[in-house]
Amino acid sequence: MSIATELEKKPRISGKPEMPGQSELRNRKRISRTVKYVFLVLFLVIVLMPVYVLIVTSLKPPQDVNPATSWGLPVRWPWEPALDGGPTGFDNWALAWNALSASIGRTFLLAIPAALISSFLGAMNGFVLARWRFPYADIVFTFILFGMFIPYQAIMTPLVQMKTSLGLPSDISTLLMVHIIYGLPICTLIFRNYYAGIPHELMEASRMDGAGMLRTFGSIVLPLSVPGFVVTIIWQFTSAWNDFLFALFLSNQNDGPVSLSLNNLAQGAQLANYGAAMAGALLASLPTLIVYIVLGKYFIGGLMSGSVKS
Amino acid sequence: MKKGYKNWGPPLLLVSPTIIVIGIFVYGLIGANVAVSFSNRNSLVPATEFVGLDNYFALFAEERFIHSLQNLGVFTVFFIAGTMIFGFLWAWMLDKGVTAEGVFRSVFLFPMAISFVASGVVWRWLLNSAEGDRASGLNRIFENLGLGFLQNSWWNEPGWGMAAIALPAIWQLAGYVMALFLAGFRGIPEELREAARMDGATEWKLYRYVIFPQLSPVALSALIIVGHMSLKVFDLIMAITKSIYQTEVPATYLWVALTANDYAKSATIATILLLFVAVLIVPYLVYTARAERKQR
Repeated sequence: MSIATELEKKPRISGKPEMPGQSELRNRKRISRTVKYVFLVLFLVIVLMPVYVLIVTSLKPPQDVNPATSWGLPVRWPWEPALDGGPTGFDNWALAWNALSASIGRTFLLAIPAALISSFLGAMNGFVLARWRFPYADIVFTFILFGMFIPYQAIMTPLVQMKTSLGLPSDISTLLMVHIIYGLPICTLIFRNYYAGIPHELMEASRMDGAGMLRTFGSIVLPLSVPGFVVTIIWQFTSAWNDFLFALFLSNQNDGPVSLSLNNLAQGAQLANYGAAMAGALLASLPTLIVYIVLGKYFIGGLMSGSVKS
Repeated sequence: MKKGYKNWGPPLLLVSPTIIVIGIFVYGLIGANVAVSFSNRNSLVPATEFVGLDNYFALFAEERFIHSLQNLGVFTVFFIAGTMIFGFLWAWMLDKGVTAEGVFRSVFLFPMAISFVASGVVWRWLLNSAEGDRASGLNRIFENLGLGFLQNSWWNEPGWGMAAIALPAIWQLAGYVMALFLAGFRGIPEELREAARMDGATEWKLYRYVIFPQLSPVALSALIIVGHMSLKVFDLIMAITKSIYQTEVPATYLWVALTANDYAKSATIATILLLFVAVLIVPYLVYTARAERKQR
């Protein structure tokens, strides 16, 4: 995706000869640079503050709930057992793991197929809408694209009614169907923009050779599509993983994804045990965070596609 | 455009599953939703008659619904202002070449990868309304820094409390706006800046007449994306406060109505939300489609 690379730094040439009075200017520049770094680091600290709170609180034993030291490091680290054999910070993590592990497994079973299937369908749509066009293809595209922006609340009431009347289960399978369907617009958009960058000549050459649409797609376009797939799969995986709205309306805590279990753990722990809730929040965020850290460049590509013209 | 079904039949066939599915699950269900909102399906009893706009009049006559709209308004203003200001500021600071730019960029953007439910856990702690000796979270920082007067009950405050809910939302999405602006900055041809400098433009004039006009399409995109996200806000509020009156917005009110089996009311709220979003999105989609056609 070209967007990801657009964010990379462009070299800027500055080879002007030094003139008298330049040293004062350079001094001023140095000061403004320093000020900028101070602010950047300050913002960095502010943005990371919630992460610090999550980690530190998750490591504090439940008894260590003194508000006065709530920002401090744990008084007693998890590996220092209590004299009375009471719970340690590790117990938060054990509690969170017990509460979430089953739903984390289910969420993988939801997010991975949802990402793969929407991406594949999106690739076919994107190819056709960008490169193997038919009359009114642009209108069809806008028709599909609108589905990406609707508030899902606008379809939730009839969707819940439909689920009840069709007798669909309140579990991952219903959510899988829903995520595939509502993921189609953005996957189509991403691939359409991606394929618009593939040279026309490739397509024409293939047509000249008498290859049909599917042959051209399968043997020429698909092999070039890996970067597009990375973007859509990451995007779809993340949104299915992080979804709470569909999960709440269409599934339940026993059979639903991790967002529901985490919310349950957090709401249940409201007064007593923030530590377990924070450990749970970290556990539930780990898969998407790892994806972000490892494949951050492509993650940004997906984000940028939300602005339609990319 | 090639003529004949032999040319356009196969591609149309390939997208037809998507067209059908989107037709049913987006447009069909929107239609069904509007139909329910015109009916008297206010309980589990099936609808018996068409009541026209009665549900809409009833909703707008409710103090509770008006309050939820006010909450949404306060949230939207703070959320948009916060994400746009910080997003622009960060992009502006990073644009002119910063050592370890990648580190700053990644950190500013990472909250986007986390779910609202997970970040809600920590923000509920940070926005704890206890003050003084019992204060934790942000109030504790104010207390310890001797800024005790800054302590407040955050989202528990009637009226402006929704501004506190905007804080975590800004934290999560300012980085996104930064990424959009950064791409915008990088898309401005260097020659334009050089030319302006050659003409002796001051730094301010350079921004006023070269940079800002070039960035305005990006700003519009960011505004519309963030704005429509704001109208849909749901997860974050449910995670931080559950569905309570103080922080109620139309989306959470809809949840309350639906769980009470008042389908007509939830559908009415949904239609109103959809109209809000459509007012924002439809002109944008049309504008984008037109701009694209011109490029061809």
